[in-house]
Amino acid sequence: MAIMSVREALQSALHEAMDDQRAFIVGEDIGHYGSTYGVTAGFLEQYGPERIRDSPIAESGIIGIGIGAAMLGMRPICEIMSVNFSLLAFDQIINHAAKIHYMFGGQINVPMVLRTTNGWTQLSATHSQSFDSMFSYVPGLKVVAPATPADMKALFKASFEDPDPVIFIEHTLMYGVKGEVPDEPYEVKIGESRLAREGKDITIVTYSRPVHLCMAVADDLAKEGIECEIIDLRTLRPMDMSKALESFRKTNHALVVAEDWETHGMTAEISAQLYEHGFDYLDAPIARVGFKEVPFPYARNLEQQVVVTPDRIKAAIKKVLA
Amino acid sequence: MASTPDVTEQHAGLSNEQLLDMYRQMVLIRNFEEKCQEGYTRAQIGGFLHLYVGEEAIAVGSMAALRPEDHILTHYRDHGHAIARGLDPKALMAELFGKATGCAQGLGGSMHLVDVSKNFWGGYAIIGAHLVMACGMGTALKIRGDKQVVIVYFGDGSTNGGEFYEAMNFAQLGKLPVIFMCENNLVAMGTPIEIHSAVTEIYRKGCASDVRSERVDGNDPIEVYEATKRALDYALEGRGPSLIEAVSYRFRGHSAQDTQKYRTKEDVEKHRAQDPIVTFRQQLLNEGILNEDQDKQLLHEVEQEVAEAVKFADESPVAEEKWLDPQSAYANPIPPQA
Repeated sequence: MAIMSVREALQSALHEAMDDQRAFIVGEDIGHYGSTYGVTAGFLEQYGPERIRDSPIAESGIIGIGIGAAMLGMRPICEIMSVNFSLLAFDQIINHAAKIHYMFGGQINVPMVLRTTNGWTQLSATHSQSFDSMFSYVPGLKVVAPATPADMKALFKASFEDPDPVIFIEHTLMYGVKGEVPDEPYEVKIGESRLAREGKDITIVTYSRPVHLCMAVADDLAKEGIECEIIDLRTLRPMDMSKALESFRKTNHALVVAEDWETHGMTAEISAQLYEHGFDYLDAPIARVGFKEVPFPYARNLEQQVVVTPDRIKAAIKKVLA
Repeated sequence: MASTPDVTEQHAGLSNEQLLDMYRQMVLIRNFEEKCQEGYTRAQIGGFLHLYVGEEAIAVGSMAALRPEDHILTHYRDHGHAIARGLDPKALMAELFGKATGCAQGLGGSMHLVDVSKNFWGGYAIIGAHLVMACGMGTALKIRGDKQVVIVYFGDGSTNGGEFYEAMNFAQLGKLPVIFMCENNLVAMGTPIEIHSAVTEIYRKGCASDVRSERVDGNDPIEVYEATKRALDYALEGRGPSLIEAVSYRFRGHSAQDTQKYRTKEDVEKHRAQDPIVTFRQQLLNEGILNEDQDKQLLHEVEQEVAEAVKFADESPVAEEKWLDPQSAYANPIPPQA
């Protein structure tokens, strides 16, 4: 086992992908600038400008490049620096990447990966959102949002090798997070959740960065005698609810945590599935913690109350168990 | 037959046989679409039906310059391109009828005709979206060093949106082998070009990205052929993209439901006089490449071919219900687990 950061795990996965001559990366500031979050630093020098393609600031074009190349059998990796900018490419993503296989009767595949980032750090309303639920809403897309370095590496590989378009969601506040990554080859399939922590009192269903927050909260609460079981979904579409439901049937209590606005989003869908398939096991209403329902404010004191925090998670757990 | 070398020279090196085939394709497209209109009226065809009537010379002239290994992306007014590329009219009509035997198994309809075996990568129905996808195909060809080109068809209405400029810039930056074929039919849905575009000569918009651009008479298939050939050679030399503006006119409304309040009968009649099929036919007759008997025979054969396509479509089974399975949207289905 090696200890790697999320950034290093992704770099390792991207280098492996680039061994496939069909692979190329296109995105803003990925080459000459040296990569905004450092993930593709050094790639331009190693692979050259034909395969590490610095793009103009033209998000629709970046995704269009990916789709067209994928249709002709390449394995494009499109980078949208911040998920907020993906809005400029939503037509390409939703009307085209997601639809082409079906709309043409299965004749055409679009094997592309769209790497992008969630995240917030006083960037205010247009640079702090997440659209996990908006991507996951669309038939034809696959959506992956891993939390650990090991999952980042393995799920990137799975996404890269998949013949369908995959939205691969990273997090600006997670690149430095470290964890064990196996030295030997290993596999994580798209659509398989993970039991991140065992416990008997409450099931917490979450994914991406909040997994780490929930793990810390669980450690804290263990000192008070509350044992949390944590399920990391890892993939949002197709979503594997089997482990979450199995856990819920044991604990009879559930909290759903996601960095997504609280209503109409990921926590709504996850809660609905828990209710739908686990109603008979329910001892208390399911709670959810997500972004407070305002556009992101700039001021630190306000932003801290909009985002998902350990305090909010802890309070929600206590409420469910009260 | 007046097939002198001089005449051949006049026709950009096209043989009489090729010219007759081009004429036949134009007649086939026209006839096919007349039957589409009938099918629409009878509710055998639903959804949107965008007819290409009047613009046939562009598809036929340009496709004649392409090779089987070249790639095609087009827009939702795609019947003409599909036929000119040699897609099976039976599979096309069946697609319009929403049948399992359709070229997209009844999932796409009129706007999304396709046949990957002919490198016909489909009709796209969101204005301008496929222009950037063409750059993606061009990028693939460039990286692989394939000696192929991509041609992308779009209307004058596509040149006002951002993706037109994104695509032209990407293509020129990468010297991508892409031919941008703008079919300027002088109207964007129902808004005349003078109202929708500050620059009405579309080819002038290429200068924003320094793209080689030219304007041709889109009612003359030979002129369109020559321009496409020039762009093809330019791309194959590794010199990059071209923008061709082929000026034509759409005789029918935007779609079959369009009442055409935005133009006068006189205007339509004026353009009718320049009907590319009538003009090309007259040219071929004048030059002795076609005679009246041949023309009658050709028309008869085309009518039969279209009638067979309609019969095939009508008798084909409806679209398969396997397409209601959510997993059918994926090449690699992974069912969600609950």
